[in-house]
Parts: sequence; structure tokens; C-alpha cells
Amino acid sequence: MDRRLSHALAPHEHGPGPDGGTGPFVRLPTFAGGHYDCPAVKDWNPQPDFGMAPALATEIRVAPTDRKLFPILDKVLDDRRLDRADGITLFESTDLLAIGALADYANRRKNGDRVFLCANQHLNPTNVCILRATCVFCSFARKPKEDGAYTMSLEEAFHEASLARDTPVREFHIVGGLHPKLRLSYYEDLIRGLRERHPGVEVKALTAVEIAHLARIEKTTVEDVLERLRAAGLDTLPGGGAEVFSTGVRATIAERKLAADEWLDVHRRAHAVGIRSNCTMLYGHVESMADRVDHLEMLRSLQDETGGFLAYIPLAYHPDNNELGTSLGREGTATTGFDDLKNLAVSRLYLDNIDHIKTHWIMNTPKVSQIALHFGVDDLEGTVRRERIYHEAGAPTPEGLSFAEIVRLIKDAGKRPVERNVHYQEVRSW
Amino acid sequence: MTPNGDTQGRVAAPEQRSLPILQTVTPRRREATPEGAVGMRSRVPQPAYVAPPLSSRPFAAEIEAWRQTLDNVSFLELADRADALRREKHPSSVVSYIVDRNINYTNLCVTDCRFCAFYRRPKDAEAYVLAYDEIGRKIDEAKEVGAVQILMQGGHNPYLPLDWYLGLLRYIKEHHPIHVHGFSASEIEMIVKVSKLPLDEVLRMLRDAGLDSVPGAGAEVLVDAVRDVIAPKKIDSSRWLEIHEAVHEAGMHTTATLMYGVGETWEDRLEHLLKLRDSQARSLARTGGRYTAFIAWSFQPLHTEMQDWDLTLGTGMDYLRTTALARLVLDNFDNVQVSYVTQGPKMAQIALRCGANDFGSLMIEENVVSAAGIDFIMPESEIRRLISDAGFEPRRRYQDYGLVSEHDEGCPCCRWRDLVTVDS
Repeated sequence: MDRRLSHALAPHEHGPGPDGGTGPFVRLPTFAGGHYDCPAVKDWNPQPDFGMAPALATEIRVAPTDRKLFPILDKVLDDRRLDRADGITLFESTDLLAIGALADYANRRKNGDRVFLCANQHLNPTNVCILRATCVFCSFARKPKEDGAYTMSLEEAFHEASLARDTPVREFHIVGGLHPKLRLSYYEDLIRGLRERHPGVEVKALTAVEIAHLARIEKTTVEDVLERLRAAGLDTLPGGGAEVFSTGVRATIAERKLAADEWLDVHRRAHAVGIRSNCTMLYGHVESMADRVDHLEMLRSLQDETGGFLAYIPLAYHPDNNELGTSLGREGTATTGFDDLKNLAVSRLYLDNIDHIKTHWIMNTPKVSQIALHFGVDDLEGTVRRERIYHEAGAPTPEGLSFAEIVRLIKDAGKRPVERNVHYQEVRSW
Repeated sequence: MTPNGDTQGRVAAPEQRSLPILQTVTPRRREATPEGAVGMRSRVPQPAYVAPPLSSRPFAAEIEAWRQTLDNVSFLELADRADALRREKHPSSVVSYIVDRNINYTNLCVTDCRFCAFYRRPKDAEAYVLAYDEIGRKIDEAKEVGAVQILMQGGHNPYLPLDWYLGLLRYIKEHHPIHVHGFSASEIEMIVKVSKLPLDEVLRMLRDAGLDSVPGAGAEVLVDAVRDVIAPKKIDSSRWLEIHEAVHEAGMHTTATLMYGVGETWEDRLEHLLKLRDSQARSLARTGGRYTAFIAWSFQPLHTEMQDWDLTLGTGMDYLRTTALARLVLDNFDNVQVSYVTQGPKMAQIALRCGANDFGSLMIEENVVSAAGIDFIMPESEIRRLISDAGFEPRRRYQDYGLVSEHDEGCPCCRWRDLVTVDS
């Protein structure tokens, strides 16, 4: 079987590329050491400038002020792959607008001015988790007998799933704790029941960590778990549980969780049997810039191998109500707007083989997520009904946005809203 | 020497019990509930707003030119232009902020602005006026944590005579000396009306009693057609500008604001900015004060009469484009502030690369925006972290935008003024 799935499973057209011949390909002068002359910045008169042309899809009209970015600018214009040092330079730079302009350029080449959204609903069947004591960044997990612990019966889960009906839900996003006793059959029944009750709905369920957990308690292989879930109606895997792949960071924040190579291996196997997936990184805790780039590098390598990742989603660490935030003295200090935008933009530049970068507005706030559409992002998540995990960690954002609100945010940012299905195929656009 | 009397024959503060509605209470913060809160306004039906045609506007050609720019220039490029102008005006990498306290001396107001959640009508049980000694206590608390000014604003209270204000200023300067940034243009208009004295004389008396500078609140949108919809009883735009220019002539600095997202158009925002630029040009041509800074914030509808109006509220993109546009249009303003109280810490930080160079104030107390359910107040450490993370050096400042350094003995502009007072 051809393991490069990107053409087989995501049949959508690509945005205009540099070879697509849509207008002039404006190249800024290369920094040649010592002095950089950019008329756009130097001699600009702050009066209305009638000479400013409409931004074209194949232009970068923001000159870096951070000189370290010039070699990266060249690479992006030439469509050359960034290396590890480039990634670290980008994360360390504070030249936010230039980084955004590079990422915006890379995104427009891949996705044009489309921004995807979907009508989705979160379903967290249980918060009981055997990693309760060791994943110190998590505010959601509970021990089986702890206050607030819950496990939904199938009826409760179906009831919860039927609550958000203002826009027909097209995608269920199902993730939860590693419950020691919930068997694979529960998840099969859950997914099968949801598909029966909501015809046409698609299911993105169970992170690599949960899949590996189910394989362990069922004493079977990852492939077997995946095949049985797919037979029940699973479409794709969400990208959670990746955290940061660095061994040192994992030992600090998620000691007993699936190791990096195991996480990657579950996704590799999923891609091999034709199940596509997302990938993530949890940033903003104890990781270094090098850790972040190494993480992206490992995702990029696997994508080179399989082509199975649909989207990358950087997840902002929320420091409230968890042990890590307390021990770091970080309560009340969420990630900054700069860091949120840089994580999105740098991933757009680094992950040149993953089609979509998604901003999770639950963490980044709707305001920053809207700005992110100019920083390389082409997916504004969705209506996200009934999200629990991040709200337990102190996310101050609303619990859901209406479809109309999301469409307005996208239009207001000057982009074209496109409703997608779970495979990023266009359902409708405005 | 008592708070109400004074050895040098100055006007004593009036007896407060002669005014029946005056009582001393600490302003209450409202719970931000969508359904009902104490004192929530009855909803007012939304009047139709028709924006004035371009041909009838002042600066029509320039409004049109900027409008074209907005339509044709991408967000990042607009932000980059604003960022370049910010760098030109502030080549050092300092982003400043001020430690101050908002003191809302009264919430009693007869202007009934539809966008306001803070005011109370005269007969409302929650209407209050703070007593001098309570204001003094608040100042002392603020000074203990390093405040270098108080921002003193309140409702348009017709029961407070000019002498109450003069007495308060003298009381503050005598017993709790601090820079007083206070009494926005519409409050000054109420003082003028109540005192029946000319504007310039009122301003001179306030200044001599201890007023140091005047905040830019009450500008809302300086387009009368918009004001007729959201604040029909408030001073019109030309009077707002006239009062600010008179304050400048009296030798005091002011700031300027824009409250957007009340249903106005981009043309309205541009007219507002161009009127401010024009006003600044007139003030700069004279000696005296000027506008030191511009601040834009978005309308917060909760608990106001406009809560149910069908408005396109300000988005994140709206805020950053407005800030960048203001930086570009107001090329004769030195400083542009972010509004983290309304936009949140993330957006405020991003605005530092969209033209803004000042983080505004570390408010020890804030009552007006929080009455509308938005409350993003942060500790100083968090403000400094956000500024550093954006690649800037965080520095405390005074109201005149001079930076605080270790050896200072209080606000330099006030010290200078003390010297002048002693000499004369």
C-alpha cells in the first residue's frame, strides 16, 4: 500500500504557488551585512500612501527588523526547508510581524485565503486517569474516588452529545482520561451509537496515549484496536498526548506517559492502516526553544515517512489548577500573545509537509486566534461545544462560539470561511 | 488644620451634609452575570444610525485616502508601517507604564450615556460621592505601593459646586500630595455650568488649586451623529475639542481616547482621529500643554442600555487595526497606549508591535470598565513579563512620560510646580 496518503485522502486543490503565475513575485533585497536598505521601512512618509499596492498572494511586504531572519526569508522565498537552527532563531526572535509575514506567505501558498472551520463538539467521556499523579500539567484528570471524578455511561454520553443542536454537529472530538476499567467495547459502542444517532457525523477520537492504553488493557496490538474502532465508525485520531517529545521535559511534566517514540509509533501505525491524524505540542511550561524545534523536527520526519498528518495544533499550557503551575509559581500567567502567535507561525514555516495549522481559540482566545489567521493559520477550529479540559485549567474563554460568530471573525480578518469535514474537504463556503 | 478648613484663608470645603444625596460608600463591583445585576439599566431600543455622507465631513479627502489604504493594505503591512513609525518616535526599546489608582469620586450622573454601566441617577440608592478623607486614604494606599498619580474621574454631578472640586484639590495637595490627572472634558463642562463662570477661569482655578493634567475620556467618537445615538446629552465633539485646547492653553497636558465598536463606521473613526490631529496641531502652535497620548478601547456592552443592540463589537483584528491606524494618523502625538483592561493581556502585548509604545496604567483600582463585566487587571510583575517577552524594556513612568529612576523624589512635573508655587 502506498503510505503517502496525502493525495489519496485529501483531494482538495492547493492555493496559488510561486509557480502558479499569479502576479509578480516580489523579492526583498537580501541582507548583505552591515546595512540593509529597505525603502518601505526607511523612507516611508506617515501620510496616506497611494503607492501601497494590494497585497498579492506571492509577496512578502514586511521587511524583517531582526537581521537574523534574512537567511530564513531567503529560504522561505525559495521554498527551501528550514533547519533546526532556523527554527530556534525564529522562536528566539521578537520580530513578530516579520515572522508573521513569512508564515502568512507560506500559508497562502498552501491554502490561499481559505480558513477552515467546522461544527464540532467535544465529548470527554471520563476524567478518571491512571496518570493523575504523574502528568503534573493537567487540571482535568481525577483519581477514581477523587472529588469531581466522573465516567459517563453510554446513555449519559449520548445525552451530552445531543445537547448542542443549534448547528448540526459534523464532527465529534472524543478524548478523555486513561480509565483503568473502561474497555475497548465501551468506546466501540460509544462511537457506533453516536454515528447511529447523528447520521452523517464524523468521529475524531482517542489520542495515541489512549489507543496504546486500550491495546495494553486488551492485551492486543495497536492495529487491532484501531481496526475495531474504525469498524465502529472512527475516522481520524486527534493529536493530543504529544506534549513535548524531549525525554527530559517528559520526565518533568508527564513521567509515566507514553514516550515520544511510542507516541509517534501509534501514529505511524494508524497512518499505515489508512487512519489519518493530527499532531500537537504543549508549549509554555519548562521546555526550551531547542526542545520545541526538536519536537517539530520529529513530527516533520514522520510526516515525510507517512504523509498521514492532517493538521498541527500548538497547545498553550494553562498554569492554573495544576501541580506544575503551582510548583513553577506560574499561576495566573498564561502564555503570552507573542508566544501563541510565534508557535503558530513557526510551525507553519517548519512543518512544510503538513497542510494545515490550527489555532485552538479555547486557549488562545478568539481575539488572538483571529489575528493568527495572518500568522500562518488556516484553521480556526470550530464551535467546540462543551469543552472541559482547558476550562478546568483556568482558560477564561467562552465555552463555545456560534458558527455565525466564527464566520464573522474569519471574514473580518479578510479571509474566506470554508466549512470542512474531518478530512479537510470543503463542505460549503461563504 | 483640618480637611475642611485651612489656615491660609483658602476656600473651605463645603459642608457635605447640606447636600442630601451625598454619602460615603465604597463603589461596589458588580457580578458579571448576563441576567440582571443590581442597578442594571433598562434596555433602550436601538435607534437607526445613518453615518454622515463623506461630502459633509471635515477632512473628507483624507478620510477617503486612509479608507483606501485600509481596504488595500494587508493587516501585517499596516501594522508594520505603524511599528516603523513607533520605532522612529521611540528608538529606545523602552515600553513604559504608570503606577496609578483610579479614584471615581462620584458615580452620580445626569448625562445618561447609553454605553455606560457605571453611573447612577441622583435618586438611585447606589449613588455616592466620596468624602475628602476617603479619597485621601485611597491616595495614601496607592502611594504606599508606588503610585505616582491618581486618575480622578466621576459622573457629571450637578450637586457638586466648584468649591467642592477646588477644596478637594487643595486638600489632596496639602495632605496627600500626588500628581492629579483628573476631571475629563465633560466633567469640566458640568463644573462650568454649575459655577456659571467662564471655561478658562474655571480651568485656571482648578489648575491653581492643584489639578495637574486632564484625562482624555468622554471623547467616545468625535462625530456628532454617533454621539446623538450613544450619548445624546453629552457635550458635542467641537466642545470636547474646545475644552481640551483650553486646558492646553491653561498650561496642562491632556490625553485623548476613542471608544469604538458602538456601531460607527471606519469613516467615523478616521474623522475622530483627524479632528484630534488637527486639534493637536493647533495646541502645538501655541505654548502650553498638548495631547501626550492616545488610547483606543472597545465598547463593553454588559449592563449598559446598549446591551441588546445589534452591534458589530470590536474584534481582535479591529483593535489592532485601529491602534495601527491611530499611530499612523496621529503623527503629531508622541505616545499610543494599549488598553489591556478591555483587550486582555495577549492582545495588549501584540499591540506593542502595531504602533503602541506604552502599556497604560497599572491600576490599583478600576471601577468603570469592570462595571461592564470586563476585568483584566494584572499585577505589575505580569505587565513587566509581557513587555519583556515582547522584546522591550519595561519602565515605570510619570504622567508626562518621563521615566521613573531610583533617585527621583516624586513626580518631576509636580515638583517643578511646587517650586513655582513657593517662589510666587
